[in-house]
Amino acid sequence: MGLRMNRTKGDEEEYWNSSKFKAFTFDDEDDELSQLKESKRAVNSLRDFVDDDDDDDLERVSWSGEPVGSISWSIKETAGNSGSSHEGREQLKSRNSFSSYAQLPKPTSTYSLSSFFRGRTRPGSFQSLSDALSDTPAKSYAPELGRPKGEYRDYSNDWSPSDTVRRLRKGKVCSLERFRSLQDKLQLLEEAVSMHDGNVITAVLIFLKRTLSKEILFRELEVRQVALRHLIHFLKEIGDQKLLLDLFRFLDRTEELALSHYREHLNIQDPDKRKEFLKTCIGLPFSAEDSAHIQDHYTLLERQIIIEANDRHLESAGQTEIFRKHPRKASILNMPLVTTLFYSCFYHYTEAEGTFSSPVNLKKTFKIPDKQYVLTALAARAKLRAWNDVDALFTTKNWLGYTKKRAPIGFHRVVEILHKNNAPVQTCRDLKDRQQLLAYRSKVDKGSAEEEKIDALLSSSQIRWKN
Amino acid sequence: MFTLKGNRLPAADVKNIIFFVRPRLELMDIIAENVLSEDRRGPTRDFHILFVPRRSLLCEQRLKDLGVLGSFIHREEYSLDLIPFDGDLLSMESEGAFKECYLEGDQTSLYHAAKGLMTLQALYGTIPQIFGKGECARQVANMMIRMKREFTGSQNSIFPVFDNLLLLDRNVDLLTPLATQLTYEGLIDEIYGIQNSYVKLPPEKFAPKKQGDGGKDLPTEAKKLQLNSAEELYAEIRDKNFNAVGSVLSKKAKIISAAFEERHNAKTVGEIKQFVSQLPHMQAARGSLANHTSIAELIKDVTTSEDFFDKLTVEQEFMSGIDTDKVNNYIEDCIAQKHSLIKVLRLVCLQSVCNSGLKQKVLDYYKREILQTYGYEHILTLHNLEKAGLLKPQTGGRNNYPTIRKTLRLWMDDVNEQNPTDISYVYSGYAPLSVRLAQLLSRPGWRSIEEVLRILPGPHFEERQPLPTGLQKKRQPGENRVTLIFFLGGVTFAEIAALRFLSQLEDGGTEYVIATTKLMNGTSWIEALMEKPF
Repeated sequence: MGLRMNRTKGDEEEYWNSSKFKAFTFDDEDDELSQLKESKRAVNSLRDFVDDDDDDDLERVSWSGEPVGSISWSIKETAGNSGSSHEGREQLKSRNSFSSYAQLPKPTSTYSLSSFFRGRTRPGSFQSLSDALSDTPAKSYAPELGRPKGEYRDYSNDWSPSDTVRRLRKGKVCSLERFRSLQDKLQLLEEAVSMHDGNVITAVLIFLKRTLSKEILFRELEVRQVALRHLIHFLKEIGDQKLLLDLFRFLDRTEELALSHYREHLNIQDPDKRKEFLKTCIGLPFSAEDSAHIQDHYTLLERQIIIEANDRHLESAGQTEIFRKHPRKASILNMPLVTTLFYSCFYHYTEAEGTFSSPVNLKKTFKIPDKQYVLTALAARAKLRAWNDVDALFTTKNWLGYTKKRAPIGFHRVVEILHKNNAPVQTCRDLKDRQQLLAYRSKVDKGSAEEEKIDALLSSSQIRWKN
Repeated sequence: MFTLKGNRLPAADVKNIIFFVRPRLELMDIIAENVLSEDRRGPTRDFHILFVPRRSLLCEQRLKDLGVLGSFIHREEYSLDLIPFDGDLLSMESEGAFKECYLEGDQTSLYHAAKGLMTLQALYGTIPQIFGKGECARQVANMMIRMKREFTGSQNSIFPVFDNLLLLDRNVDLLTPLATQLTYEGLIDEIYGIQNSYVKLPPEKFAPKKQGDGGKDLPTEAKKLQLNSAEELYAEIRDKNFNAVGSVLSKKAKIISAAFEERHNAKTVGEIKQFVSQLPHMQAARGSLANHTSIAELIKDVTTSEDFFDKLTVEQEFMSGIDTDKVNNYIEDCIAQKHSLIKVLRLVCLQSVCNSGLKQKVLDYYKREILQTYGYEHILTLHNLEKAGLLKPQTGGRNNYPTIRKTLRLWMDDVNEQNPTDISYVYSGYAPLSVRLAQLLSRPGWRSIEEVLRILPGPHFEERQPLPTGLQKKRQPGENRVTLIFFLGGVTFAEIAALRFLSQLEDGGTEYVIATTKLMNGTSWIEALMEKPF
């Protein structure tokens, strides 16, 4: 796919003849320009992108010798036009020949002084022009302070959508109120979209949102992908959650609807309120997998609230040993599932299945796989140096089944945990797992008592090693 | 110049206060706080706001809602689209660009990219040829052509500096940023994060050695260093594979030592004078060497760790196509040991990209483990990653990656880290896909890889921009072309190093200038895609 310009003679002629450079005429304003240095011209051409009424650097001089835009010139112009002189209008026309806009005659109605001295620097927010021009006018010879050419258009009622959009892009004050019919509005939107400018599209969308019913707005945007995406992004940014969800519902984008609703929970700090909110997320059209996760999220927070209240009470009562010996460093609220399980194995290990805080209960409720459960329990008990519990974990049927299936891949994790907690070497011996004992040996300090013990065990003829 | 902070403005005896900010809503809240906390009793000050690069309707609306819009006398924009970071590197520093373009369909940053390119052309001449690959690339090219049509005031008669412009979508190559970079600069960024050419490092290694002062307090504040090509030594080592840095540093150490030793040979006044005049330069060189030796030591601590080795092994397995279709044990272990979530996400995304998407069972398994270990709220992030194409189920049951890898020779077994012959040295074996595409465009041209290009997402195209006859470039034989390569969505230092490598090849034929929406690495990239409370 390419746009190749074949350099035939004919094409080149056409190319040169279509250049923006016009032949010298007495109205030629390019005079000044051609005397400027190359780079200055390049930099000035940049102004077209930024703001085209920054004419300060270019001094244009009218044929009467006054610099264009100067007060004296302006007065001449204004006076000239107020007499509806044809000549005046013609002069004005030619001075605007830089742009490709169709030339419009300057209107004969005048405008208040205050609007002139508004100045370029406070174009105001994107409010309607009518605000700015509230005063009416007596006819006056008010000076025109170098009106930017684009601004002449303000006073006409013939803005086309593309011109409006161009003005919006330059941050100029622009009323959109005149676009009354749906068709006009849509055309305006189309122009904005083709300009790719986020600000412009947003400005138009704000206008449409205000002046169209929800149903019509949605219906029209449904078939306009770019504008639609922009509206969604905009609604997210300003936090208009309600309209956003209505939109997703309308578009039948069910999964996004669900996720967008769920996202709100991040902003709710109070645990009970958050829990209630999560409840409203259950049953929303998530994917099957995600639905299960959302349900779990709610259930988990529900449990955590109960556990937290209970444990805080126990801790402050000061009667429970585990809390006295190992005071809690943080609340369990909003912690992930595995962290909660660890907490439960740490503080509530021996509890029966019936309580909300027992590890077994958690395992059952959240269908935690055996492997995950055992490793977490192991970590918690090892941290408490409850070696009997560690032993007990190893001797369950589940455990043996696990090692047969997954050893040595998973087992090294066990070794890591044990090593981290300085487990006694006996544990490995009990498992008759020589390989792991060797692995463990490599981790202990050289020449340590541990190493000696290990060596003793390894050389013992009494133990029938599994591997 | 003060950094924008909440509450009250710092006391200063000034009449005018200018807020110089990017158009982000959060910043408007801070500004409003500043304005509203102004001490009424003090002299009234004038407020102005300067948005970079554009004013934003939403931001001004926010200021209005907060009741401070009227307090600003000037509300302007400063059209800084592309910021030069080095002689061959420009960036828009737009963190949101990737997410906006590829997840939200908001093309505002593309518009800014196009504007930036128009500015470049105004200064350096119209670029005669535009190549591109990707949807966003196509949009930018369209915008450029349209802008040129609309704003041809005066014909640009600057002799063109660039021969080509290559626009590349980030999502044409999602793989490269996920892998751990292995160049010196890349590793500094991966481990410590380079922000605006500065890096903050742990201070211990940079404490000046004071004799006989035992027990003096170590500095507690991070050591901040500026990193750019103005520093001779840095320019020399920044793009090398880290394993090649050590020998450069030790050679340098010998040279500098020898230079200092010269003082013994200086006998005449003239010679002493000459030596003294060299002193500042030598001292700077020595300081530079000391800094980089310390940095290299810090990096080495990381790269010689067991975990780094394990992680790298897994990355390289994935990139060379090994075992990308099953649950990976190292990743499982990382989750079980609750390593940083972003580290885990980078790895699962890498696996997914190298497998053209994961089997549903494998994906569900990873997702479950992640949600249960790090929290259910990460469903939102996982959804974003899927939308970006980074972590998704395999559709159509077909893995395209091996074809791409083999055709473009992305995995090179025999890589030479010390004296590289191919761009794959930046990842010690993996040649960045994006740079490979650029390399092949230059020679022999994209026609030779049409099939592979069609597998990669987005259209590929070529446009020509007419130049007046007098300005057409005539290349001398042996003279290099200059290509401006623009990464839409971010670029890594490793890719930059790879392009610089190509630039200095004897018979490479092309020199590169690099532009991007953001300088990034896998971590900052994924972080920008994480869903946070608003």
